[in-house]
Amino acid sequence: MTLDELQEIAEKEREEQKRTSCQIKVSVAAGCLSLHSDRVFEILQSEVVKRGLTGSCKVKAVGCMGLCAAGPLIRTEPQHTYYRGLSPENSEVLSAVVDNLDGKPVPEFALSPDIPFFAEQKRVVLENFGEIDPERIEDCIAAGGYEALLTCISNRSRDDVVQEITRSGLRGRGGAGYPTGLKWSMVAKAPGEQKYVICNADEGDPGAFMDRSVLESDPHRVLEGMAIAAYAVGANKGYIYCRAEYPLAVKRLKVAIRQAERLGLLGKKIGESDFGFEIEIRLGAGAFVCGEETALIASVEGNRGVPIPRPPYPAYSGLNHCPTLLNNVETFANIPPIMQKGADWFASIGTEKSKGTKVFALVGDVVNTGLLEVPMGIKLRDLVYRLGGGIPGNRKFKAVQTGGPSGGCIPEQFLDMSVDYESLTSVGSIMGSGGMIVMDETACMVDVAKFFMDFTRDESCGKCTPCRIGTTHLHGLLERICNGQGRMEDLSTLERLGVMVKRTALCGLGQTAPNPVSSTLRYFRNEYIEHIQNKTCAQGRCACSKVPAAMAER
Amino acid sequence: MQAYPSSVPPPSSDKRWKLVEGTMRRHGHKTASLIEVLHTVQESFGFLDETSLRFVASSLRLPLSRVFGVATFYHYFSLKPPGKHTCVICMGTGCYVKGAENLMKVIEEIASVKAGETTSDGKVSVVAARCIGSCSLAPAVVFDGEVIPKAQPDAVRDRLRRWLNHDAG
Repeated sequence: MTLDELQEIAEKEREEQKRTSCQIKVSVAAGCLSLHSDRVFEILQSEVVKRGLTGSCKVKAVGCMGLCAAGPLIRTEPQHTYYRGLSPENSEVLSAVVDNLDGKPVPEFALSPDIPFFAEQKRVVLENFGEIDPERIEDCIAAGGYEALLTCISNRSRDDVVQEITRSGLRGRGGAGYPTGLKWSMVAKAPGEQKYVICNADEGDPGAFMDRSVLESDPHRVLEGMAIAAYAVGANKGYIYCRAEYPLAVKRLKVAIRQAERLGLLGKKIGESDFGFEIEIRLGAGAFVCGEETALIASVEGNRGVPIPRPPYPAYSGLNHCPTLLNNVETFANIPPIMQKGADWFASIGTEKSKGTKVFALVGDVVNTGLLEVPMGIKLRDLVYRLGGGIPGNRKFKAVQTGGPSGGCIPEQFLDMSVDYESLTSVGSIMGSGGMIVMDETACMVDVAKFFMDFTRDESCGKCTPCRIGTTHLHGLLERICNGQGRMEDLSTLERLGVMVKRTALCGLGQTAPNPVSSTLRYFRNEYIEHIQNKTCAQGRCACSKVPAAMAER
Repeated sequence: MQAYPSSVPPPSSDKRWKLVEGTMRRHGHKTASLIEVLHTVQESFGFLDETSLRFVASSLRLPLSRVFGVATFYHYFSLKPPGKHTCVICMGTGCYVKGAENLMKVIEEIASVKAGETTSDGKVSVVAARCIGSCSLAPAVVFDGEVIPKAQPDAVRDRLRRWLNHDAG
C-alpha cells in the first residue's frame, strides 16, 4: 500500500460517512460494556430501522468517551450532545433520543460537551476516542491513521525520525519518564542485525486503566507507533506484551493486527519499501514485576518474570540478547501525532521538562471518575475539582495517590502543585503510568500503606533479599500498627527499613516499594501515632478500630 | 531457541489436546512459547494439572521443573480445578478505596471459603484479582466473566446464594 492508496481509502471512507447526516455514537469500551452498552447499541439500531432512518442516521460503535461515571455514554451528531446513564432499561428515552436527533436534546439525560471534564482536556493520545470504531481500520484511516507511518517510510530517513522524537521532548509514559528519543537512538545505534520492538501493555498498577482503554478504543494508533519505532531503530519484529486480564483489549488488538496486515500496513514490504515489520501478541500471566523491562523480556522468552541487573540495558542486549526497544502503550500512541504535526507542535504543549499531555485514570472518591488527557503542568486541584468535579457527598479531600505501588500519597497542601515528572517526584510520589486515586477523609492512610505493602510483598519475585524480606517486614510492621499493637519505635524502623530496601533492591519494583509507606509517614504521621497511642483507627478502617467499619455505611 | 518437531503423543484422546498441540505448532515448538502454551491449556481445561504440565514439558523439550516453575510463578495460572462458577473480586486500589475489602468479607462469609479457594461442593471459586481495570466503576466484581460495576453487598450476596443453593444458575 502506498501513501496515495491510503489516502484513497481515507477519502472513500470520509465520503461514506458524509452520506449519513446524523450519527449516534455508542461507547463499547470495557467500562460502558459492563453497563450493557452493547444492548443500548442494539436498541438504538432497531429504533433507527423502525423509523426507516437507516439512510440518514448511523448508529456507530466507538471507543471510550472517558466519563465512565456517567456510563453508558452515547453521543449524537450533529447535535454534539452526550447522553449519560442511558442503560437498556431506559428504552423510552433511547427512542426519544432517536426522535429528537434534529431537534433539541432530551433534557434530563443530556450532558453538554462544554462541561470542564470534556472542554478542558487536551486530547492527543485520545483524539480518536469516542470517534472511531476500534474494529474498523478504514475508520481509523479516515481519521488520519497510518499516514504518519507511510510518510516516514517514503520521505524520511531513520535518523530523521529519531531526531524528530528527540526534539519533541517526549518522555516514557510508563512511569519513569526516560527520554524516548534517547532510548530510540541507543537502539538505533546498537550493533546487531536482529532488533526488536516491544510494547509494554502489562498495565499492572492497580487503579490504572489508561493502556487498556487505548488498546480497546484505538489499537491502530499503537500499532502505527510501534511500526514507526521499528522503522527508526531498524527492527523487523515486534511484540505486544498484554495482560491476560484484558480480554477485550487482546481481542481488538488481534483484529487490528489482522486488518493492518491485510492492507499491507504491517508485514513485509510496508509502503512498497524494503521495510517489513511483524507484530505478535504475548499474553502476560498476572505478575506485576513483569512491568519491569528485563522481567518483561524474560517473560516474552517464556521464562519466569525475574529481573536481571542492568547494564546491559535492553537497548543493547534485550530479547534473545538482541537490541530491544521497549516502550509503554501510551508512549507509542504519542508517536503518530508527533510525526504528523511535528516536534515543535508537541513541545509547545506542557512544561519545560515534561512535554506533551498525559492520560490519567481518575478514580476513587471523586465525582467524575474516568479517563482524561490533560497537558502536563496542569494543577492537581484543577484535575480533582474542575475536571473531576470534586469529592462526592461534600466530604473533605485527604490525598491523591499516584504512581501505583511505586508512588506515594499527595496531601492537600500540594493541591496547587503542577502535575509533571519533577514536581511529583519532589513530593515523594512519581508520575507513574497515570493512575490517580482520590481519597477523601474516610480513608485511613496507614491502611492504604498496608494495602500497597501487601501488594508489593505478594508481587515481589523473590530474587533479591532486600525486596523479598524487606517488603515482608514492612508489611508486618504496618499490620501490627493497624491491629493496635504498634510501638512508637516501629515508625523509625519503618523509615530505616524503607531506605534500606530502596537503596539495595535489584529492580524498580523493590526500589520504589517503600514509597507508599515513606510518603504517608511524611505527610500523615499523626495517623500512625494515633493508631499506636490510642490503639484506634479514627476512620474505622483498621482491625483496631472501635467504631464499626465506616465502609458499611457507604 | 531452535525449533524441534513434536513427537510426543497427547496424554489422552481428549480433543482439547488438539488445541494445545495447535498452539505449540504455531510457535514451532519453541521453548519461548511456554507461557502461550500454558494459556491454551488453562483455557481448554480450566486449570493446569500434572498430566498437562508433563505433556507440555516433554513436547517443548523442557525440564518439568522449568514448566512447573513458570506455572507457579504467575498468578494467572491455576493448578487446582476451578469451581462450577467463579466469583472474582477486584482488589485494585480504586476498588479498595470504594470498599472492596468489605465485599470480600461478605463473599468469604457466604461461601465459607477464603479468596483463592473453592467451596467443598465445587460450586463456587472465590478469586481476588489484582486489578481488572474497571477502576472508574469501582468496586467491581466479576461473576463468570460478567463484570458487575459498582457492586453492592446485597446484590453480590443474592447472586452468590443463588449459585450456592441451586444447581442451575
